Amino acid sequence: MKKTHYSELWCSSPRFWGGLTFLAFIILLGLGATYYMEHQGHWVTGMSNQVVWGLPHVFAIFMIVAASGALNVASIGSVFGGPMYKPLGRFSALLAIGLLAGGLMVLVLDLGRPDRLVVAMTTFNLKSIFTWNILLYTGFFVIVGLYIWTMIDRKVNKYYQVTGYLAFFWRLVLTTGTGSIFGFLVAREAYDAAILAPMFIIMSFSFGLAFFIITLISAYWWAGRTLGELRLAKLKHLLGVFVGAVLYFSMVYHLTNLYITQHHGVERFILLDGGVYSLMFWLGHVLIGSIIPLFLIYSPAFASSRFAIGAASVLVLMGGFLQLYVIVIGGQAFPMNMFPGKEVVTSEFLDGVVASYIPTTAEGLLGIAGIAVAMTMVAVGSRMLKVLPENLEDPKDLEHA
Amino acid sequence: MSNKDDRPDMKRREFIGKTVLAAGAASVAPGVLLTVAKAGGESRGVSSDVRYGLLIDTNKCADDCTACVDACNRENGIDLVERPKGQSDDDWNAQRPQWIRKVQLKDKQTGEITNLPMMCQHCEFPPCVDVCPTGASFKRADGIVMVDRHTCIGCRYCMMACPYKARSFIHQNVAQQLVNAPRGKGCVESCNLCVHRIDAGDMTTACQEACEKDGHQAIVFGDLKDPDSKLAKLLKTKSSRQIRADLELNTGVRYTNV
Ligand code: SF4
Ligand code: SF4
Repeated sequence: MKKTHYSELWCSSPRFWGGLTFLAFIILLGLGATYYMEHQGHWVTGMSNQVVWGLPHVFAIFMIVAASGALNVASIGSVFGGPMYKPLGRFSALLAIGLLAGGLMVLVLDLGRPDRLVVAMTTFNLKSIFTWNILLYTGFFVIVGLYIWTMIDRKVNKYYQVTGYLAFFWRLVLTTGTGSIFGFLVAREAYDAAILAPMFIIMSFSFGLAFFIITLISAYWWAGRTLGELRLAKLKHLLGVFVGAVLYFSMVYHLTNLYITQHHGVERFILLDGGVYSLMFWLGHVLIGSIIPLFLIYSPAFASSRFAIGAASVLVLMGGFLQLYVIVIGGQAFPMNMFPGKEVVTSEFLDGVVASYIPTTAEGLLGIAGIAVAMTMVAVGSRMLKVLPENLEDPKDLEHA
Repeated sequence: MSNKDDRPDMKRREFIGKTVLAAGAASVAPGVLLTVAKAGGESRGVSSDVRYGLLIDTNKCADDCTACVDACNRENGIDLVERPKGQSDDDWNAQRPQWIRKVQLKDKQTGEITNLPMMCQHCEFPPCVDVCPTGASFKRADGIVMVDRHTCIGCRYCMMACPYKARSFIHQNVAQQLVNAPRGKGCVESCNLCVHRIDAGDMTTACQEACEKDGHQAIVFGDLKDPDSKLAKLLKTKSSRQIRADLELNTGVRYTNV
């Protein structure tokens, strides 16, 4: 077999610096928005005492979940020994680190007191799943960092398998931990389901791979390097499996909820009369995020269309984002049933009514800045480290672009 | 990697498992010690021989009365929180702090109307304390659940976890506040059973006092563990219930006639 050569991403300066400048601009906008929200207080956001986690949390959870999934390609290469995936391992690990960093940044900047980050890093309540998540995230950076190192540096290459396994194991726990943040909210009906944690794992596979495909295509286009059809087709089919699995899990989640009588209310809300949330569920998650991408992936008409692969990945991300929006925001908007058998006539605190949440531009800018941070880290990382194979031509078909 | 058989692999896997366990244990152990030590330190001057709580007789809670809410707002400086310029009515309602609120219920079968005040229920097993990453949300030895304003990072996880929507996040700058109820933008707070009064040796809360003064006597404050307290005696004779008793949080606030 031909040896894979890795080299730093080295593309014509204007293209690279232009791209970076654009990303920096988006990050600056996000930081400005953060300053505004923190200076004024959260009253300038759509969040309230009713819907306490808003758009930034959707972005953050989206990226954190995707981060663990982005590592999948590396894991397939080292844990399951897939030769087609192995050359992509380094890039996959870099993307994972970038996405996690972006997601965490958004999470931290939305805190009421981001200046107290040190408190969060030093005062632990070990009963809290949140604390465990902080430890898991820190561990993820360290382990995946080591993992990249063992892949790049021949001297430590003998630890490649061990770190590979460790990273694989760690990121499964990490996603379970992220999912469990909701699992612990027993009082909120939408989250009272054991299936939420495994569902987060499969969501991570799907979102992470979609992110990976998009960044891989962009990086190779950016650098003018070759990316083989066969390899892309492999990734594409894997994505198809994951998208199908997410849809399946989502169905099981809602069907089991329908089976539990107390949860009928919230199910009706999400599936039928939740207005924007029902719309996002059916149009966003089911149609845009699952059915259309599945069609693009499996239809023979698009068998070798690179555009279709990219489009499917983008749609998967959009649908996944909306799916999380429904889970995070929709789950809060639905009123908690504090007084079974009673109807709330009046309350000064909006008991018993669907809470409204209208995200503001500032919240959106902060979220998008998180994605820009992830992309910047990937761009800078690929420029400085040998993470991308010089070419990814298909093994047999050497002439093919 | 060249592996002739899978034995080394098995060993490696075992090794990973053990390492992770060991690492886990190593990081948990000091934490457990810390937690234990902290539990001792927190109860400074506070004894676990008492557990403070409330009993609310909803039959006595009057229709249009807001005496308890007003008193709480005054006592804890909530009325000093200014509405930011340009905030809509709806937003102000959803974003301003509320430690106690009046709720009116109607039975779906019988149409019976019930009035009651809702506040932090001072759970014995408070979800808000379990989830708080920094331990800012804590329970005192005497059962009072409150937030340490100095370690709260404003993540709002406790608000997600509270089954009673008892907590408020401070969404705006705070110009004026009272010494007994420190408040800051970006932190979470909730009813603390007028802890400053209790620590000063007073045996009444602002809401109880106000309710009594208005002649309703719907709220009784006291020590749940003292069999001679008025509260304990009432609980013994009347049938009371916890809201969302199914969650088994053993709340310190009980209601009769709901
Ligand atoms: S009522 Fe809510 S805020 Fe009060 S102790 Fe229970 S969970 Fe915590
Ligand atoms: S908002 Fe404050 S008190 Fe509540 S969980 Fe977060 S750090 Fe703890």
